[in-house]
Amino acid sequence: MPVILKTEKLRVEFRSHEFRQATKIALAGLDLEVSAGEVFGFLGPNGAGKTTTMNVLLGFVPPTSGAAYLFGIDVRQPIARQRIGYLPEMTYYYKFLTAEELLRFYAKIFGLPRGETDKRIDQLLKLVELEHARKRPIKSYSKGMQQRVGLAQALINNPDLLILDEPTSGLDPLGRMKVREIIQRLKQEGKTVFFSSHELGEVETICDRVAIIHQGELKAIGRVNEITGQRASLEKAFLDIIGFQPITAP
Amino acid sequence: MRNIFAVAGIVIKELYRRKDFYVLFILTVLVCLIMASVNIFNDKQIVRYLKELCLLLIWISSLVIAITTTARQIPAEREQRTLLPLLAKPITRTQLIFGKFLGCWLVCGLVLICFYVFFGALAASRDHTWPLLNYFQAAFLHWIMLGVVVALALLGSLVFAAPSSNSTICFVIVATILTVGRYLDAVALAQPEPFRSMLYVVYFAIPHLEIPFEMRNLIVHDWPLIGWNFIGLYLLYALAYTAAFLVAACLVFRRKPVN
Repeated sequence: MPVILKTEKLRVEFRSHEFRQATKIALAGLDLEVSAGEVFGFLGPNGAGKTTTMNVLLGFVPPTSGAAYLFGIDVRQPIARQRIGYLPEMTYYYKFLTAEELLRFYAKIFGLPRGETDKRIDQLLKLVELEHARKRPIKSYSKGMQQRVGLAQALINNPDLLILDEPTSGLDPLGRMKVREIIQRLKQEGKTVFFSSHELGEVETICDRVAIIHQGELKAIGRVNEITGQRASLEKAFLDIIGFQPITAP
Repeated sequence: MRNIFAVAGIVIKELYRRKDFYVLFILTVLVCLIMASVNIFNDKQIVRYLKELCLLLIWISSLVIAITTTARQIPAEREQRTLLPLLAKPITRTQLIFGKFLGCWLVCGLVLICFYVFFGALAASRDHTWPLLNYFQAAFLHWIMLGVVVALALLGSLVFAAPSSNSTICFVIVATILTVGRYLDAVALAQPEPFRSMLYVVYFAIPHLEIPFEMRNLIVHDWPLIGWNFIGLYLLYALAYTAAFLVAACLVFRRKPVN
């Protein structure tokens, strides 16, 4: 399988503007490879560097050193983003637009022809179960509906790689299940999904491989069963790998 | 260009789905119609005052729409986090800035068409004349000048964090230029050095937005048309300032973190 997402010794430092504040190392030499057709879970506690990695991959943050490639193209070139879909965490889309108008806007940016755009919008609204609300302004949507319209916009260009930043965060169990089903359907279609999540149960269910990072460093990478090993669950393995010490009663 | 037009289209949609323009337009219409219905001092030339008031309201309304619409564009994208999925697509930051500028400028053009059509109808109801070319010259220069204001507000929205502070600063700058901009050279002449040189630098550095503002007199006092070569020169002058502000906005935005 060809490698479609790759980072090489990726390092990101944030310099503080305040006097005598140390430089924060967000990523310290991260090496990752994701192959085509994989569902790859990117795990780590808050502040571990997951969103920073995604920001580098999307060209939002320049790496201090090292490099990142999508489909073999340096992520600093806008063309690297032609074949990806991205769903950020907690986004409130243009409230004055309807779902259909929002998708049409993003389709224009990808330069999709009108006929293909219409077909794609119909398919996606059916996939995310928003056909009934396609003409309603997004401001009237529930949180789950907004997350699903976000997923639809990430898929408008029929991407080969999907980057999802905590796609089920803040959703109720039904909303989470729907998003999970969509990811599984995309996996069946042969799409590559790279996603971060704190829901380890869901990662265990749908991911082929996972990576665990902590304080900007890669701590483990491999198949779920390889990482879990002799431990009871992925959650237990995750806590052991990041060095969590449970508070014991005195 | 496709990306620029796509972004501009969203800005225009936002205008006609928000209430700002309708409120300002209805208020202007109401004030002007009330003024037109009374004949103060039995003055036969009262129509001139009516025209002057109506044009002043149009200027205030257009500046409010231009500055407030532009000032909230990038901060709203950042706050609502729509900037993230947008910039994750094959669109550059420069295209986004130019799209926002084009959208806001076209919005100003549409607003001016509505206002000037109303003004023309109101003036014709009293004057029974249609000096269309005069109206065109005034509205065109007004629109060109709003391009400079939109570019300035767009640059401000990247420098100042809050849209309210950006709007206030833009209003103060524009109002100062409109009212005292053209007297700065005369004031400079009466100052000792180094204030004289400093004032001259300011006089030559600021965009002279008061020229289109004075075009009101062309309509109010039924003056003859101004030369088209002058209109062309002012167009180039305003475009140079607009381009300078946009280039500065692109440079600032390039260095700005997305989130």
